[in-house]
Amino acid sequence: MDKFTTHTGTAVPLRESNVDTDQIIPAVYLKRVTRSGFEDGLFAAWRNAPDFVLNNQAYTKGSILIAGPDFGTGSSREHAVWALQNYGFKVVIGSRFGDIFRGNSGKAGLVIAEVSQDVVDQLWAIAESEPGIAFTVDLRHKTIEAQDEVFEFAIDDYTRHRLLEGLDDIGLTLRHEEAITAFEAKRPSFLPKTLPARVAD
Amino acid sequence: MGKTLSDKVWESHVVHAAPGEPDLLYIDIQLVHEVTSPQAFDGLRLAGRGVRRPELTLATEDHNTPTENIFAPIADPVSKLQVDTLRANAAEFGVRIHSLGDKDQGVVHIIGPQLGITQPGLTMVCGDSHTSTHGAFGALAFGIGTSEVEHVLATQTLPQSRPKTMAVTVTGDLPDGVTPKDLVLALIAKVGTGGGQGYIVEYRGDAISKMSMEGRMTICNMSIEWGAKAGMIAPDQITFDYLKGRPHAPEGADWDAAVAYWSTLYTDPDAVFDAEVHLDATALAPFVTWGTNPGQGVPLSATVPNPSDFHNPVDRAAAEKALAYMGLTAGTPMREIPVDTVFLGSCTNGRIEDLRLAASILKGHKVADSVRMLVVPGSARVRVQAMSEGLDKVFTDAGAEWREAGCSMCLGMNPDQLKPGERSASTSNRNFEGRQGKGGRTHLVSPPVAAATAITGRLAAPADL
Ligand code: SF4
Repeated sequence: MDKFTTHTGTAVPLRESNVDTDQIIPAVYLKRVTRSGFEDGLFAAWRNAPDFVLNNQAYTKGSILIAGPDFGTGSSREHAVWALQNYGFKVVIGSRFGDIFRGNSGKAGLVIAEVSQDVVDQLWAIAESEPGIAFTVDLRHKTIEAQDEVFEFAIDDYTRHRLLEGLDDIGLTLRHEEAITAFEAKRPSFLPKTLPARVAD
Repeated sequence: MGKTLSDKVWESHVVHAAPGEPDLLYIDIQLVHEVTSPQAFDGLRLAGRGVRRPELTLATEDHNTPTENIFAPIADPVSKLQVDTLRANAAEFGVRIHSLGDKDQGVVHIIGPQLGITQPGLTMVCGDSHTSTHGAFGALAFGIGTSEVEHVLATQTLPQSRPKTMAVTVTGDLPDGVTPKDLVLALIAKVGTGGGQGYIVEYRGDAISKMSMEGRMTICNMSIEWGAKAGMIAPDQITFDYLKGRPHAPEGADWDAAVAYWSTLYTDPDAVFDAEVHLDATALAPFVTWGTNPGQGVPLSATVPNPSDFHNPVDRAAAEKALAYMGLTAGTPMREIPVDTVFLGSCTNGRIEDLRLAASILKGHKVADSVRMLVVPGSARVRVQAMSEGLDKVFTDAGAEWREAGCSMCLGMNPDQLKPGERSASTSNRNFEGRQGKGGRTHLVSPPVAAATAITGRLAAPADL
C-alpha cells in the first residue's frame, strides 16, 4: 500500500445524509473480479442527473469528498471504497460513517477524516463558495486546510499509523504467528469444523 | 464487576492485545460467497499465501445465482464469471463449497445455522453485513469487507477495536399477528439507522427468550440496519434443541462439553452495558416502511408521514427525498398503497417458519391479478422441507411463483429485479433506493403482511382479509 502523508485536491460537497453503500455503488456493478474499474458504478443512480455534484465541471476532478452524516452504511461491499478510489477520491470527510465502510477504507488506503457535523457544514459552505477549490488533508497533523482555515479531524491512531507507513495489515498480523499457533493449540475439540463435510440425508 | 455475553466471547478470542492497537481476534468460522471474495483470493495468490485453516471456512453461491433453470449455464456472463471464480478458488485453496444445485446450497446466513456450523460462543465473519444473523446463537458474528476476508483467509484472525456494549430489553409478549420482523422494524424506527453504531447489541427480555431460533435470527439479522457491529442473544435450551443432531453439531462427550460451555454464555447479573434501550412488546403492531432506509417505518395502521413533522432538518430533507423517490404523498394511509410485487425470502425471512406462516395465510386465497409474488426459499433445504409439507403447492395454487434458493430480489443482482417505478412489499431487510432494481420502490414487511398484501394488492395485514 502507498504511504499517505498529505493530499491536496478538489473538494466535493455531497449534501446527502444516509448515503448507504448501495447508493455508492449499486449491486449490479459488483460483478467484476478485480479491484479496478468500479468508477463507472460510483453513485450510478445519480450520475445521470444534471444537477448531481460530480456533473458540475468544477468538481469532476474531485479527490476529497465532503459527505453528509451516516455515509457508507449498509452492505459490507468493499467495492464502495474501490469505486471511490477508482474515481480518484483519496479522502472522505464526514461526521458519521458505517463501521464496515470505515474499516474497509482503512484497509484499502482511503482516508476517513471524521469531524463534527458543524465542521462539515462549514466545509460544504467553503467548497460551494468557490467551486473547484482545493483542500489539503494532512494525516500527520490530522488537519484539513480549506481557504485560510484549518480544521482538525479524528482518525484512530492505529489506522493513521498504518496509512502513514503504508503497512500491509496481513504482514503486521503475521508478526504474531507464534501467538496464533499457540492459541490454536488450546482450542477445545468440540468447536465446529467445516471439513470433512457432514451433511444431512 | 460481571461481564456481558459479548465480553465473554470477545475476551476468549483475543490472540494478542497491546495498548494503542486493536485486539487481534481469533476467528472460529468464516463464511464466503461469490461477490465479496474474488479479490481476496486473488490477493492471497499475489502474495503467495494460502488459506490458513480451510476447515474453518465454508463457501456457497447465493447473491448472484438464478432462481430459475439453475442447471442451465448462468446466462449473465458477469454473474457466471463470479460464480466460476469462486468455484475455481475453492478448488485451488481446498475450501468446501455448496454450489448451485447442491442440496446444501443457499443464502450464506441460512446454511450456517442449518448445518449446525453456527454455534454459541464462536467468532464468525463473512464478507456480508448480515453476518449479524448468527448472533442469534450467542456467537459474535459480524460482516467484513474483502480485504478483511483476505486477512482472515490468510491468518484466521482479524484486528478489531473493541466496540461498546448495548442491551435492548424487550419486555412482555408480542401480540397475536405481530412477528419478530415487526419488532425489529419498530426498534429501528425508534432508535434510527445510526442508533447502534459502535455497539455490540444484546437482545434480551421475555419476548426474546420465548422466541424461536428463526425469530431470533430475524432480529439479529437486522442489527446492521441500525448500525450495530453485531447483535447477540444468550444461548438457552431453545438454542441447544435447535442445534442437537444437526450435521456439524458436536456429538457424544463433545456435545456435553459444548453444552457445559454454552451454558456459561450469558450476561452476569451485575454486568453493566454502556447503553440500554427498552421496548414494550405488548404495544407493538404490524410495521412497514414508507421510505428508503429501514428506520423510515410506521405501523401499518398509520399514514405516510409529513416531512414537516420531522424537527431535525437532516431527517426532514431525508423524508422529502424518500417520499419523492417512493412516489408517495404525505397523509396517505399505508393500507391504501398498492404494490406490483411481493417478495417472500432473504436471510431475514426466508426460513421454513416464514414460509409456513405466509402459506397459512395464502391457503385458499388467490394472489391479486395486479400482483406478482415471488417465493424464494432461503436455502435448498428449506425448499425441500417446504415441498415435503406441501407449501409449494399452496403458493403455486394461489398464483405465486415458487423459485429456487438464493438472495434473489433481496438485492437484485440476478434477473429477479423490480423495474423502474415498480413497488414491492418485501420481507427482506433493505429498502434503499434501487436496492431491488434501478428505480424500484421497496416496502419492508413481515411474512404475514407480505402474504396478506399479495391477496389484496395493497399493503395489508392478515386481519384485514
Ligand atoms: S439475502 Fe439479501 S441480505 Fe441476505 S445475504 Fe443475500 S443479499 Fe445479503
